Amino acid sequence: MKNQFDTILLGHGSGGKLTHDLIDRLFAKYFDNPVLRQQSDSALLKTESSHIAYTTDSFVVDPLFFPGGNIGKLAIAGTVNDLAVSGATPQYISAAFIIEEGLAYKELKTIVETMAEEAQKAGVIIVTGDTKVVDKGKCDKVFINTSGIGKIREKHLGISSGRDIRPGDKIIINGSIGDHGMAVMAARNDLNITANIQSDCASLNHMIHEALQNSDGIKFMRDATRGGLGTVLSEIASDKPFGIQINEENVVVNNDVRGMCELLGFDPLYVANEGKVIMVVAAEDAERIVETLKKNPFGKSAALIGEITGQHQGKAWLDTIVGGKRIIDMLSGQQLPRIC
Amino acid sequence: MKYIDEYRDKAMVLKLAEEIKKASTRQIKLMEVCGGHTMAIQKFGIPYLLPETVELISGPGCPVCVTSNSFIDKAVAYSRRDDVIITTYGDLIRVPGSSSSLEREKAKGADVRIVYSIMDALEIARHNRRKKIVFLGIGFETTAPSSAAGIIKAQMAGIRNFYLYSAHKVMPPAMEALIDEGVEINGYIGPGHVSAITGESIYFSIPKKFGLGVVISGFEPVDLMQTILMLVNQIENNDPKVEIQYTRAVKPEGNIKAQQMLDEVFGPGDDWWRGLGVLKNSGLKIRETYAAFDSEKNIEVEVEPLIEPKGCICGDILRGVKKPKDCKLFGKACTPSNPVGSCMVSSEGTCQAYYLYNR
Repeated sequence: MKNQFDTILLGHGSGGKLTHDLIDRLFAKYFDNPVLRQQSDSALLKTESSHIAYTTDSFVVDPLFFPGGNIGKLAIAGTVNDLAVSGATPQYISAAFIIEEGLAYKELKTIVETMAEEAQKAGVIIVTGDTKVVDKGKCDKVFINTSGIGKIREKHLGISSGRDIRPGDKIIINGSIGDHGMAVMAARNDLNITANIQSDCASLNHMIHEALQNSDGIKFMRDATRGGLGTVLSEIASDKPFGIQINEENVVVNNDVRGMCELLGFDPLYVANEGKVIMVVAAEDAERIVETLKKNPFGKSAALIGEITGQHQGKAWLDTIVGGKRIIDMLSGQQLPRIC
Repeated sequence: MKYIDEYRDKAMVLKLAEEIKKASTRQIKLMEVCGGHTMAIQKFGIPYLLPETVELISGPGCPVCVTSNSFIDKAVAYSRRDDVIITTYGDLIRVPGSSSSLEREKAKGADVRIVYSIMDALEIARHNRRKKIVFLGIGFETTAPSSAAGIIKAQMAGIRNFYLYSAHKVMPPAMEALIDEGVEINGYIGPGHVSAITGESIYFSIPKKFGLGVVISGFEPVDLMQTILMLVNQIENNDPKVEIQYTRAVKPEGNIKAQQMLDEVFGPGDDWWRGLGVLKNSGLKIRETYAAFDSEKNIEVEVEPLIEPKGCICGDILRGVKKPKDCKLFGKACTPSNPVGSCMVSSEGTCQAYYLYNR
């Protein structure tokens, strides 16, 4: 008989013995921390802050593994980043798995190991979780939901809404765009493309923390995930009494990403990132913040890419690389399905 | 992709802009008839670089846009058969037909798969012998040769469950029809990819019959600016002719092998174009020799009655007589995420290009 842990079976989600074995061997082992060890129905948490940030996200990426990461790394980094860009310090994470029966145990193990590793890097702990197994064909291999809680200081409460953004403010991004979306596309078997593209998937909370420590001039942050840089810029300006001017020359797109976008007809501005934060900052602090970001491995090619203007209110404009001008709108429809 | 950089050189583009400005004295309209050009012009913000005397308008260059609703309706009907797998380029699944779209049918359970090449569709046919694989063939002389190659390959490999549903079209009849209809233009930005297959001779009738120039253009900003300059010079000197700007890809005689393949599989037939109606010999029909691969001759379906969307002026936009902003639906009832007309669906569609880049 085959080892019961070769493959995930419906029984692993039954709540019975197999479920307990799976939890013991995998989740409890790799995610181990004092809160999780209590094994109670709810995680009991301590926080010294009067405000907390709370977020949730589901991950359905296809394929599960891609150059630069896997669904587990995404599930931690994605939620950590959602907290961090709100100005919060990520602390606690929940992890819920919906698994299709037949998933190879070793794939799940790799995913869980990666999550543990990424959580450690980000300085968060996984405090509660859940596992369900569904019939073959009812989900695709594994879907993961994570939620996260972080503490946030009073003075950073305006960052998530961007209520302090004013004309003259500068716009910064911590590096090249489009890497994650194209890495996932290249990893798909049906495309038969060989490209040397790594996902930029990473937890940015430490880098963001350093920037917040160094300046009180950060007025807004957003991670440019689905919809890419273009969609975020368009969202920032939408219905606001200011406009955005972006200089395309300053936006870094790696060569392979650019090539693949040309080939498939995508605009890198709208291709997903998983390790990029867009910051709107006070002009006088802009240079200093770029320098701070550059000192972090995830911000080596940080750059000032544009500014908030009093003109063309409600819209984001791009000065193109050849000196033309065009509008940057939100991504509509689905440029790429299931990239996170 | 390094080879592209020199064609995106800002100094060169600005120098060409200056030359165009100097050369252009007459008020002119230039039409591009290739969706790739429409997109590139908007994406690089080319209109902002041109003097007021030069206006660019978009013609029927997007294959998805000129395709009839009845084509979509029939594809939808195919998709509703349990024994059919639809394979298609991505854009097409979102085009609304009379009452449904392939995207909607897919959500309801139809087997609709996006492929990047007809060869992928052949692979699907190879692995699903009990199903009929229908490939939706749209596009001009650019994509038609690959459809031809797909059919020839299916024949050689004995793949009998593969069918092409062809809405392939050829460009010159549409370019002539536009001028015949009285659309006011002063020259054509000739399609680069089409011409790489066909060569330049398919356009010779245009300067001869209508006194308009055609400059076959590449897709990068320097290409487009150079093409515009060449057209401006032709017009200013009253010297309309066919010229090739895109010499790195287009040979005067075109790609003979692809032409032969095209001719092997397809013959001319009348076809319907959105905005232009039926144009003589503008369609590519599968020849009798390959009738076994023609979905229309082998798979029976009942197609719902045709309903054209109300208020949509895609037809006028494709003829270049109206711009997206003239449409009541544009940006309101009709957006890329909820398109009414085909020009808003495709990434090469005029309405989508305007919506994304120039609103």
